[in-house]
Amino acid sequence: MLERDTKFLEETFKQYYFDHFDLIHVPDRSTQREFGYRKFNSGMNRHISLKNDKDLHLLLMTNVPSDVFCSNACYSFPSMAMAEKDWKEADLIFDIDAKDLNLSCRKEHTCIKCLSCGEVSLVQGSCPKCNSAKLDLVSLSCQNCISGVKKEVLKLISILTDDLGIPSDNIITSFSGNEGFHLYVKGSQYNQLGSKERGNLIDYIMFRNATPETFGFKKFKPSRSSFPEFNEPGWQGRVAKELFGSKSKRSKAISKIISDGYPAYRQKLDEIGKNSIGTKIDPNVTVDIHRIFRLEGSLNGKSGLAKLNCKNIEKFDPYSEACLVEDNQVEILGKCPIEFRLKNRKFGPCTNERISVPKYAAVYMICKGIANLA
Amino acid sequence: MISLGNDEITKYPFLAEAGQYLKDKGFTLEQFATDPDLQIIVDKAYERVECASYGKIFNSTRDGSRGDTSLPLEVFSFLLAIVLLKLSDANTLITKFSLAEARRAEKFLEKDLIDNMNKTSEELAIKIFKDLFSVSIKKTGNHFVIPISDYLRHAVNFHEIEWRLINRHVEKGMVFLNSHETVRLVRKELDSYIKSRIRSVQTPSLSQGFEEKVKKLAEMAKKFTVTTTIISTEYPPCIEHAIKVLNDGENLPHSGRFMLGTFLFGRGQTIDDIAPLFKNAPDYNEKVTRYQLNQISGETGSNTKYSCPSCEKIKSNDLCFATPDCDYIINPHQFGKKRS
Repeated sequence: MLERDTKFLEETFKQYYFDHFDLIHVPDRSTQREFGYRKFNSGMNRHISLKNDKDLHLLLMTNVPSDVFCSNACYSFPSMAMAEKDWKEADLIFDIDAKDLNLSCRKEHTCIKCLSCGEVSLVQGSCPKCNSAKLDLVSLSCQNCISGVKKEVLKLISILTDDLGIPSDNIITSFSGNEGFHLYVKGSQYNQLGSKERGNLIDYIMFRNATPETFGFKKFKPSRSSFPEFNEPGWQGRVAKELFGSKSKRSKAISKIISDGYPAYRQKLDEIGKNSIGTKIDPNVTVDIHRIFRLEGSLNGKSGLAKLNCKNIEKFDPYSEACLVEDNQVEILGKCPIEFRLKNRKFGPCTNERISVPKYAAVYMICKGIANLA
Repeated sequence: MISLGNDEITKYPFLAEAGQYLKDKGFTLEQFATDPDLQIIVDKAYERVECASYGKIFNSTRDGSRGDTSLPLEVFSFLLAIVLLKLSDANTLITKFSLAEARRAEKFLEKDLIDNMNKTSEELAIKIFKDLFSVSIKKTGNHFVIPISDYLRHAVNFHEIEWRLINRHVEKGMVFLNSHETVRLVRKELDSYIKSRIRSVQTPSLSQGFEEKVKKLAEMAKKFTVTTTIISTEYPPCIEHAIKVLNDGENLPHSGRFMLGTFLFGRGQTIDDIAPLFKNAPDYNEKVTRYQLNQISGETGSNTKYSCPSCEKIKSNDLCFATPDCDYIINPHQFGKKRS
């Protein structure tokens, strides 16, 4: 990133933090948490211990980070090296990102940026300017992706509350500040679980490794009555709805399943897990018990949008509500071959054009690497 | 500490404080070594170990008494078996004994959990789960309901897919199991608990009356000790570790046995070379070992010759003990060959 752009983003982020201290707080048991931050054009600083909001605000003002993180885990000595921290427990965390949903709209709001010459163009195999194959994919705002992610979030919340017994009040849902949502479960029976146990929980949530026997197909002498019923709780009911469609079609569908055979049923279960009923969480996030997770209220350095708590996820519009940078006009050199929307305003396409846009759009485009300050 | 009646201590003798129990009953170890009337208990203790060494579960009469005197024969035989094992210093036999005793206790636990006629037995079984294995159990109809987190802590010990949470009946943060599954869930921990109780007992001084039995046990232990151990510095650390575990008479999980077998087959060894390595395993059964080796070599079954799992797979099974010499290899067979 150019020095001028970095300076501009730092000034903007600093102003945001100064104006929005009310949105940024240390979590409970803050002295037992590890904090970390990243600056523009620089690596990660971790193993930081903070006592209270005042310490956090001081860190934001002094270092002006591009991203701020806090551990989901509690430690005896959070500022020591990982091996010496003395892990106590970790809240359950989930990340659902649009990029993992593989939606068909993806190519319409994605462009490529050449890592060799910096050219930004529509998605293709190599850079149209220098032919380099070293490319970065840049995805811009898309309401369809957000709707897709929201569906996954609602699926996850239903599994967490109905199956895993987590009270909905203990689940905090936030827009991640880019293309997804984060779910944070405060103090639950799962806090003491290690990575391996969480891996098993992830399989449950993603509907992986299900056996035909569990869902009614006995290898020898399969019986029609053991197949899942619509009104059963948990995965049994969900699988019934997915496989049979409606109660009246159940009998016919079971006959087909039995005639297709055991291996075909196993394949079918794998398929519906991957493509429909399984929740598409990022397993690497949930399995990690030493992760530092983006802090709520902070800005996302990849977009300039805020990570914001959303009370009513269905109504929440991240590209308006999480766009909290000011809207005074800024001149930029835009290199954006596709259109995108922020705060209900349309931007792009533009090819190396000097344009005047609101500051939030300028920040978004510079963070995405598709504009420079003019 | 769990308080126990005579019936309970007979079923779960490992819960007793050995020394204290004998004292409370008015006995000393010396008496067992010298009193001819008590010889029957020492014989029973020896039988108990012998039975375990062949992978069998000690046949419990559970009348717990000796006709004329009402001595808790089964508890005494368990405690004396430990004394004999400690005196013979046979690690392999201790491992086999604790495994057999764990299997025996499993049977009682399973029965007690569903014993509707005897509330005390049911409560004790539930208390054993809570106190020894931190598993909270609630009985709902024919099911045993435990918190998912308790389930997961124990289920990670199993590699079988049916133990994955997705293949369980789950509702509102709880897992529903039958009595057999509930007990099976803590098998490994039960075995480890009994083993640790035995290991924590101080070795008493050898009384003359025990000498013969101790000598016989030492002889018996030799039968299970591999004399032709194949240890080669050319083996990768995961394989060396697996061989060491077996040599120490510890339990190597199924995935570890599979890894070892496929690796050695890959090195051109035969079933006759490999089978003796498993002789020390606590659940060793020559017929089963040879059958399984035959299966993975492709001699029988599907005729598929299995190859050694990748380093990644081995890592995911917690069987990897990588050293810097393992850098850049992706399969144990590449150890010592591939360098980047």
